[in-house]
Amino acid sequence: MAGEATKALSNDVLWGGGRSPFSISYGKMMMWFFLVSDALTFSGLLVAYGFVRHATTETWPIGEEVFRALPFLTGSYPLIYVALMTAILIFSSVTMVLAVEAGHRMDKKGVVKWLFLTVIGGAFFVGSQAWEWSHFIHGSGGYITMSDGAKYWVHNDTHDTHDPANAPGFHLVKAREGHYLLPDESAHHLDHEGSLKLWNERVDYVDGANMTRNEYGPSQYANFFFFITGFHGFHVFSGVVINLIVLILVIKGVFHRRGHYEMVEKAGLYWHFVDLVWVFVFTFFYLL
Amino acid sequence: MERDDIIEYSLDAHHSEEAGRKIRRKIWMVTLVMAVITTVEVALGAYWKEWFPSSWEAVKLGYIVLTLVKAYLIVSIFMHLGDERRNVRSIILLPYALFILYLLFIAIWESNYVNMMLEQFQ
Repeated sequence: MAGEATKALSNDVLWGGGRSPFSISYGKMMMWFFLVSDALTFSGLLVAYGFVRHATTETWPIGEEVFRALPFLTGSYPLIYVALMTAILIFSSVTMVLAVEAGHRMDKKGVVKWLFLTVIGGAFFVGSQAWEWSHFIHGSGGYITMSDGAKYWVHNDTHDTHDPANAPGFHLVKAREGHYLLPDESAHHLDHEGSLKLWNERVDYVDGANMTRNEYGPSQYANFFFFITGFHGFHVFSGVVINLIVLILVIKGVFHRRGHYEMVEKAGLYWHFVDLVWVFVFTFFYLL
Repeated sequence: MERDDIIEYSLDAHHSEEAGRKIRRKIWMVTLVMAVITTVEVALGAYWKEWFPSSWEAVKLGYIVLTLVKAYLIVSIFMHLGDERRNVRSIILLPYALFILYLLFIAIWESNYVNMMLEQFQ
């Protein structure tokens, strides 16, 4: 990067007044200050998650077991969907930095091309998150609890959770101790009659996820999922809107007339920050 | 209104076609590194745990290290903080580090205690 920041200036000149000692424009500096405060907010959320998870004595759900579905496919693909979302966001970050680079060369066509791809990537990410939320809320069938504390997973062909016992293919599978989502390996799928008998003797049925209970683990697990990924998703959504507005201004030639594309750079800082937060959410919420 | 008493830093952030080619090569290199890191992370999560369950704690530490590497690349290269003056880097990173290191310390310390109490009295 060229410009004032790369010039070797003595402290007397830098701090002598009449200029910014940081060699950075007001707008960029304020964007950085905002990002620091936003980073503190997200860190607070992730640290709170770590606190609850470390303090709890209940079994905490495992990321690979909760997030292992792909749209339109059956079977188990641990974390593949989340990894795809991460890849989409990282690549939209790359297109953003390429838009900033094109701006530094006053290459309007390049800025439009890369910024447009960034908007598309961001929109894909928000859409993916909507699917993941939907899948998380609906769950995979839920489980019933018996009076002796034993848990059974509920299966049926149509993934009906309102009246699962009357849905075709209804049967139960014993859940494995210490895992919320995996069936007991030694247990076979119970037959229809035995399943119905257990179903009628159930003391509790939990399916999907809401703010008070969920089929994955302690209620805080879903609460943190909704809050952290929701807060981040809202940032992505605002980022897409901001990028779109900047893109329209670029197309109208506003920044070209101004003589520099710093607005793309500032929007880019925010967009990279959103990517940065997701890197941490990915590690601390999904992987660990 | 144009003011001529302020240096317009935004105006001289431009670079030449030659410098741009160099920067783009750097960007694609960083992209490659980050893609590899993410792939490794997912592969570790999906397969390593089943094959070598005893080393899982070490893998978790590795995750944190890899995440910090990615964070460094994003902040330093994509956000250009590495290209700014040292005093800019300091005023951004030091206040953040001050708060978060303390927050981490207090959260780990206190959650240990809460966990101990729950184990004892629940």
